[in-house]
Amino acid sequence: MNNRVAVVGVGQTAFTRSCGVSIRELCFEAFKEAMQDAGNLSAKDVDASIICSAPEYDKQRSPSGLIAEYLGLNPKPTFLAEAICASSSVGTRIGLSFIRSSLHQVVAVIGFQKMSELTSAESQERMLRGGDIMWESPFGAMMPAYYAMFARAHMNQHGTTEEQLAKVKVKSSKYSTMNPKAMYQKEITLEKALKSRVITSPLKLFDCCANADGASCMILAGEDVAKKITDTPVWITGLGLASASMSLTGRKTVSSLSCAVEAGRQAYEMADLKPDDIHVAEVHDCFTIAEIMAYEDLGFCKRGEGGKLIDDEETYIGGRIPVNVDGGLLSKGHPIGATGGSQIRTIVLQLRGDAGKTQVDGAETGLVHNIGGIGLYGSVIIFRR
Amino acid sequence: MGFEKFGEVSYITETKVADFVKHLEEGEIAATKCKACGKLFFPPRANCIDCLSNDVEWIPLSGRGKLITYTTAYFAPAGFEAPYTLALAELEEGVRVFTRLSKDVKEDEIELGMNMRLVPVRLAGERITYELRKA
Repeated sequence: MNNRVAVVGVGQTAFTRSCGVSIRELCFEAFKEAMQDAGNLSAKDVDASIICSAPEYDKQRSPSGLIAEYLGLNPKPTFLAEAICASSSVGTRIGLSFIRSSLHQVVAVIGFQKMSELTSAESQERMLRGGDIMWESPFGAMMPAYYAMFARAHMNQHGTTEEQLAKVKVKSSKYSTMNPKAMYQKEITLEKALKSRVITSPLKLFDCCANADGASCMILAGEDVAKKITDTPVWITGLGLASASMSLTGRKTVSSLSCAVEAGRQAYEMADLKPDDIHVAEVHDCFTIAEIMAYEDLGFCKRGEGGKLIDDEETYIGGRIPVNVDGGLLSKGHPIGATGGSQIRTIVLQLRGDAGKTQVDGAETGLVHNIGGIGLYGSVIIFRR
Repeated sequence: MGFEKFGEVSYITETKVADFVKHLEEGEIAATKCKACGKLFFPPRANCIDCLSNDVEWIPLSGRGKLITYTTAYFAPAGFEAPYTLALAELEEGVRVFTRLSKDVKEDEIELGMNMRLVPVRLAGERITYELRKA
């Protein structure tokens, strides 16, 4: 029985508006980088692959079959893991359980999305169906509208301001210019963010992340194998996954994501760590308000003080808890199925000391918070070097 | 069948609670109540979440409630026309509703916690919905 599971290799494509290649080629790029990162593993060393994608964006039916074929992973088992934007975190959880149960030793978790495969209208239509299609979509409830409703409630309850929301974008745009794989390579000033057009009040254009194309890959291994593969394994020490009502009518609060609170509780308990023990974090900033709620849901500050945390620049490098120093979803881009894997890659590089210009000095513990849709699925994973 | 008339655009035609639309056409916003354990459901459910009973009855709601949160969308997906305001309200029976806020309420008049009234509204093409108005 393998008690400990490590990430032994990570890879990611650049996140772009339109990648210009097929999904098999996109996944190959991330897979190749992760396999090389894992000390030049070959496909025969991989015991199973978990492909992570939100399939309503795919033209290919059952893409796991095609991708496993293209990556040379036949005849090993492969299948799709889906939890919308949290798909690759869920894939990681499944991979970890395979290894801990001794069913497999080495598992590849490959997340991807080619969102440019759909027209803008097709993409909107799918996003519209991300809420309860019986009782909410019929009124025109888009993904940003839900987060705008969370933002309005948060502002009313805690006095959070539009300027504080904009500051989250300012931070993410600063760090995305230091990440060559990020989609946006230009810093956005506070003034520009605040003057951008309103999409759905109070959220403006720069409060929203952008659809992207991209793939991510991580190689997971049990302790014995991991130590043979690499001198710098990054251990998964805490795992939390929770769900919440899809319909807003079923939620007790709309200024917090209960699935994130519960997933965080589970992960901290398993890792035997407290929020103050985390040195660097990746949170699911699909909208600026989502990052503010994540600060509070994860206990990085008290409830209602998320706006103050960004005002005080405590989530910048050098602050108390650096968050999304790779640009986050807001500025790095958000290819749904690939996002969790990209967040994990960032934390793995940080804990190895390989994060270059955005290295958080002495980072030994890291956390990844990845949310599915409008807060249906919440995943929190804690890592240690 | 029957549920396809509900809302601005419908995605579902068949449901055990399709009679909700009939009640709406009669001017009534109805919830379901579990006959076995008494739990009230809105949006209506055909199956009790607590005791798993399939035996539910229709109960009219007062429509009185308070605004919890809202957003005005200035960008609409295909099939919808912006701007429109989406809102979440808590009704006095303790259940919540997600719907549109009436266009008669101007954005600068909206305050969270304000008293609201949920009313049936007929739309073009024999469609029907409900919306929140200022009480």
